[in-house]
Amino acid sequence: MSGSAVSDLLLSVDGVTIDYSGFKALDNFSMTLNRGETRVVIGPNGAGKSTLCDTIIGRVRPSAGRVLFKGEEIQRLAEQKIVARGICRKFQAPGVLPTLSVRDNLALAARRDRRWWKSFGIGIPADERLAVEEALDTVGLAHRAQVEAGTLAHGEKQWLEIAMVMATGAELLLLDEPTAGMGPAETSRTAELILGLGDSRTVLVIDHDMSFVEQLAAPVTVMHQGKFLKQGSIADVRADPEVAAVYLGHAK
Amino acid sequence: MPDLSVLTARFDPLKPFLPWLLLALGLAAPFALSAYDLNLLARFMAMGILALGLVLIWGHGGILSLGQGVFFGLGGYAIAIHMKLADLPQGEIPDFMVWSGRTSLPLWWQPFASPVFTLAAILIIPTLVGALFSGAVFHRRVGGTYFALITQALALAFSTLIISRQDVTGGFNGLTDFYSVFGFGLAGPGTGSGLYWLTLAVLCVAFIGLRWLLASRFGMLLRASRDGENRVRFLGYSPTPFKVVAFAIAAMLAGIGGALFTLHAGVVSPALIGVVPSIEMVVWVAIGGRYSLAGAIVGALLVNLARDAVSSAFPELWLYLMGALFIFVVTLLPRGLAGLAKGKAA
Ligand SMILES: Nc1ncnc2c1ncn2[C@@H]1O[C@H](COP(=O)(O)OP(=O)(O)OP(=O)(O)O)[C@@H](O)[C@H]1O
Ligand SMILES: [Mg+2]
Repeated sequence: MSGSAVSDLLLSVDGVTIDYSGFKALDNFSMTLNRGETRVVIGPNGAGKSTLCDTIIGRVRPSAGRVLFKGEEIQRLAEQKIVARGICRKFQAPGVLPTLSVRDNLALAARRDRRWWKSFGIGIPADERLAVEEALDTVGLAHRAQVEAGTLAHGEKQWLEIAMVMATGAELLLLDEPTAGMGPAETSRTAELILGLGDSRTVLVIDHDMSFVEQLAAPVTVMHQGKFLKQGSIADVRADPEVAAVYLGHAK
Repeated sequence: MPDLSVLTARFDPLKPFLPWLLLALGLAAPFALSAYDLNLLARFMAMGILALGLVLIWGHGGILSLGQGVFFGLGGYAIAIHMKLADLPQGEIPDFMVWSGRTSLPLWWQPFASPVFTLAAILIIPTLVGALFSGAVFHRRVGGTYFALITQALALAFSTLIISRQDVTGGFNGLTDFYSVFGFGLAGPGTGSGLYWLTLAVLCVAFIGLRWLLASRFGMLLRASRDGENRVRFLGYSPTPFKVVAFAIAAMLAGIGGALFTLHAGVVSPALIGVVPSIEMVVWVAIGGRYSLAGAIVGALLVNLARDAVSSAFPELWLYLMGALFIFVVTLLPRGLAGLAKGKAA
């Protein structure tokens, strides 16, 4: 295990600080992710979890620290270049494209050649169509493929966006609260979906729902006030008095 | 084999027969209308070409431009300068230049003596200006209301510039008194209807081209950027080039429309291209329906027809009436007349 650990490193967030005019949403925060790993990040509201995603994906720029993906610094790259390297993110508020059909949402995500001058074709090329139909089946939206994404129910939008993120073929998926607004049955299907991704994908999941986190059975990183607090199994984290203290007054 | 069913599918709110009806009317008009009315219709159709561009950028791109008059004017002045030079005896300069005390032709007028250069200028100058301008603004991620205000400032600056350089632009009066274009006498028999057919052909080509563009992945990405620019960006696309290309195409259509309009109207002047006319252009499209290509053509025709009827009788009334129409449409019919045709005004 220890021998291959270095080459298995996929993402390394190294001492990152995000400064919103004096308020530090991330404060010298560090964490690493290995290839194929699923990791859950939890923390009370405002802990900086979404900001962590924003930083990795290039939506905000750190005032200190580095983000390394496959050993290369990415914290200064343009957003679309970061995506091209293999990182994709699901937003906390569902970010589907409302006036496009469900299928077209996935078609845009599945497309590998994203240059504008290659965009004048009509219809979905055969190889991409296959990926799109697969994604539709995976999230159970095949019967809704023609409807405008904006008319989907909240849970369906979440699934569609998860499917879009998967369809980009990204190696690292950042899922910000994928089960928000879902019932228990939907939540557990989402967990199965993530578990079904297997070793080829590395997934960082942010969520508040403890039953969901338990189902994922993944290592947990706890954040608090922009800082790293704890890391360990769910049981470890649950038993930790410091973690319990920061969650006092929040949802258990 | 690409799936072509999208071409006839949902994205355009108008039922497919409406464009055919418009085409039939367009083909019949030269046989039914007097020369005067045909000329009027041709002017409105030239404006319809510009309106198509607004459907692309405003309806599908969410980019409101209050400066389309600038591109209309660039095309219009390009052909007007050419016609001024074509009519001129060797060695002379246009009379308005003489009256302003000039003794020689400005250097930048001279290439417009060439018909080829003029045609290229009509196509390229508005497109290039549109691309550079929108590229500079969108690159800084400025959009929405700020973009609209910047385009309005552009229209103001452009018309002010033209008015202030009386000696080379004809100033407030613009350029007029044309006699021939590319060797055809404008008063000659058949020129009027020839120009009408040309305008109809350009309108059809623009319509079909845009229909294609809106059905293509480009159109999808344009609508996607309108509704969720961030989602598009984090799917790995850069939204800026899609918006810039759309804006440049709309500028090109405005330029072509402006050139054709100038041919039909026999005049181009700041009064046709400044801030107020640019707003009127948006009103045509708002009324016709900003998501619908056919709707925008209908809007351009109907509003200009109404304008012609009202403003000859009560010139002051027109602006109020147009304002009222605009408010009515924006508040009650966000999809314009095309939304009515669809039977769903939401
Ligand atoms: N653009 C911004 N400007 C100023 N402060 C911001 C900005 N974005 C986020 N913050 C602040 O940064 C802190 C971290 O926000 P973040 O969204 O990362 O929290 P979170 O852990 O995702 O919380 P939640 O569980 O509510 O989603 C919060 O206090 C938030 O108010
Ligand atoms: Mg959050």
